[in-house]
Amino acid sequence: MFNPGDAVFYVVATAVIVCAAGVAFSKNILHAALYLLGALLGVGGVFVFLSADFLAVTQLMIYVGGVLVLILFAVMLTQRIGDRESSNPSKGVFGGSLVLLGLLGVFSWLATTIRWPAPSGKVLDTTTERIGDLLLGHWLIVFEVISLLLLATLVGAVVVARREPTP
Amino acid sequence: MTPALPHFLLLGAVLFGFGCFTAVTRSNAVGVLMGIELMLNGANVNFVAFHRYAATPLLEGQIFTLLVIVIAAAEAAVALGIVLAVYANQRSIDVSEADTLRD
Repeated sequence: MFNPGDAVFYVVATAVIVCAAGVAFSKNILHAALYLLGALLGVGGVFVFLSADFLAVTQLMIYVGGVLVLILFAVMLTQRIGDRESSNPSKGVFGGSLVLLGLLGVFSWLATTIRWPAPSGKVLDTTTERIGDLLLGHWLIVFEVISLLLLATLVGAVVVARREPTP
Repeated sequence: MTPALPHFLLLGAVLFGFGCFTAVTRSNAVGVLMGIELMLNGANVNFVAFHRYAATPLLEGQIFTLLVIVIAAAEAAVALGIVLAVYANQRSIDVSEADTLRD
């Protein structure tokens, strides 16, 4: 039986793959950043298909709203966008292709040959409440360590990127 | 054809492969960072897929993915700070030219 939701999944997955290929092969670093936007959005959509609603929203807010904006800022601040031929050169494409083909071969072989255990088949309910319970309950130490890491990152990024006072 | 676990695993593998290709071949530091983000996203897809299709779904897969996302954001912030600092010093962010510590 044809299910429209399944078709939407395959469309989203194809878009993610095309965008990832765009990141890998685009000559212009700005185009690569925009392809990365598409790939991250698509992965958020895939999370929806895996009934991970909270993660999908987190992906949108942190990756698309935060990391990608950071990357775009770095591109604009460091690159002369005009000379687009040289803005994103590739070196060692042959070796990189070997790595790509090797990884794809091994992972596809693993994903298709292993007999994974049968799924429970139960579509999960909304996960936000349970994730909050777990983060502030069983995984409290991890949560605190992560917040410490974020604080260190905040201070460290400011220290690294600060302009040195000219003597 | 209904999406099953191998489809999500294949999607994660393709993301990881393209990310690794990008990280290996780019000489622009920001491009390398984009490749690393793609690899982390491929791993995330695998985590959530295994969580969803596990025989007894626990939420630990999603918790771990959350941690990966947070660490990716922290890594991106620090790495881009370093990129800006290198660019301010060398007027170039080619990763093979940032070798002053070697000389």
